[in-house]
Amino acid sequence: MLRRWLKANALLAPTGLWLGFFLIAPLVVVVQFSFATRHTGVARAVLPWTVQAYRTALDPAFLPIFGRTLLYAGVTTAACLLLGFPLAWFIARYGGRYRTALLAAVLIPFWSSYLARIYAWKALLDGEGLVNTVLGWVGLDRDGGFLLTHGAVVLGLTYGFLPFMVLPLYVACERFDVRLVEASYDLGHGRVSTFFRVVLPGVMSGVLAGSLLVLVPAAGDFVTPKLLGGVEQSTFGSVIDDQFRGGNNWPLGSAMAVLLLVLVVFVLVLRGRRGEDVL
Amino acid sequence: MNRRPWALGAVVALVFLFLYAPIAWLAVASFNSSRSLSRISGFSLRWYAELADDTRVFASLQLTLQLALASAAISTVIGTLAAFGLRRAFPGRGLWTVLLSLPLVVPEVVMGVAMLGFFVKLAGVPLGFGALLFAHVAFSLSFVVVVVRSRVSGVDARMEEAAADLGASPFVAFRTVTLPLVAPAVAAGAAFAFLLSFDDVVISSYLTGVGSTTLPVFVYAQASKRGISPEIVALSTLMVAATALLLIIGVVVASWRARRAGSVTRLA
Repeated sequence: MLRRWLKANALLAPTGLWLGFFLIAPLVVVVQFSFATRHTGVARAVLPWTVQAYRTALDPAFLPIFGRTLLYAGVTTAACLLLGFPLAWFIARYGGRYRTALLAAVLIPFWSSYLARIYAWKALLDGEGLVNTVLGWVGLDRDGGFLLTHGAVVLGLTYGFLPFMVLPLYVACERFDVRLVEASYDLGHGRVSTFFRVVLPGVMSGVLAGSLLVLVPAAGDFVTPKLLGGVEQSTFGSVIDDQFRGGNNWPLGSAMAVLLLVLVVFVLVLRGRRGEDVL
Repeated sequence: MNRRPWALGAVVALVFLFLYAPIAWLAVASFNSSRSLSRISGFSLRWYAELADDTRVFASLQLTLQLALASAAISTVIGTLAAFGLRRAFPGRGLWTVLLSLPLVVPEVVMGVAMLGFFVKLAGVPLGFGALLFAHVAFSLSFVVVVVRSRVSGVDARMEEAAADLGASPFVAFRTVTLPLVAPAVAAGAAFAFLLSFDDVVISSYLTGVGSTTLPVFVYAQASKRGISPEIVALSTLMVAATALLLIIGVVVASWRARRAGSVTRLA
């Protein structure tokens, strides 16, 4: 037993050290910064300790931004589930020997520059872009196109995070024993009740893992909302970014980062041990 | 079960359309004769020609490739070790799992500002290649562990026992039995790590130093001033085309080898 413990920890040690030094320590520093006093100089966060940054961060003025961020993240996760599940199910069940190729086909678009893809959407959603032109043929076009809307931001986020939903869902769908569906039909369940009572619980670990991989990173993304949305669509991530890049208020930015971390921990606790085998 | 899932197939086709629409548009726009991304005014190879002459793009592309290769190499090696470490249950495995899931779920902006604060203020690590490498391995590692671990847990321990029974030393058994079985996952993890590093904007944008700008950060800085340059659109098109080509070659070779292996078994 002790030997096994030592062996496992020896194998994990390099990873543990790396993450300890370059991830955990920085996160601890952020927590420390969040209690510091603002200072505009080379030392951007100094003593004395204070909770002023949190008071500012929780100011009602920031609440709409926080709410909007969570809404974007939630809708994005739901959209990724709705698009990702049929895809994962299809590849796992009907992909046959083309499974790997189909999975790779899902990932290929992500080998182009992320920014180029976002700018492509920007061009497509533009007032004179392809989407508006095509919708114009059936009279559904919108003056000025679809940029600077909530829809544009959610679309961009969904596009960007879809693979993170598809991969864990695919793993779960592949493991799912399809004979259970036949058994359910044989026992007189319809399609809908089979889906909710047999399929969904069967792939739940994938659903949870995928949602986790989409929800929290989507809540922190600021590049997509910045490029596809406008001031009205700014998110918590962009406020944090502003504090570090432009505003030079490191304590406030850190306090906000800690609030996002609290959200991460909350979601992790909520998930508990479910879906751990997939992620 | 529905044997011909037409409805499902149609939904899948729509999702693929969604995935490929912007890529296809990029390819079209890269041959556009004007700067505009949304209105196509004519065919031209102008942007490819300008790309070929742009030394700044190539300098940062070179740095980005070096960084992505180094990051992928380090994270693949130590991530694969970690995946094997998690293979069997031991006290504390749950804690390791939580630690390893952190980089997957902590928003990039939080990681970026945290690393900026840490590297600049405390550790005295100068911004630039070193800081970028530390950071990129830190956020890619977990993806390697997840991918490799799913394969490691599928390896039948009896195969290794059989190798041991036949007189193989643990090292030989690992090299000739276990490693070939998990090799595809290790390769997939390496590709994943490479891609994550190669395309990272947010974290890198906090850690680039003078003269060490990665391509995505360069593009982002340029794009926020005057929109994305058509050269970058051309470069993205070339990258996707190259990946698609590699994939097609891979599928053809794999099916050719499978067919050959099939005929050999039939002969024997």
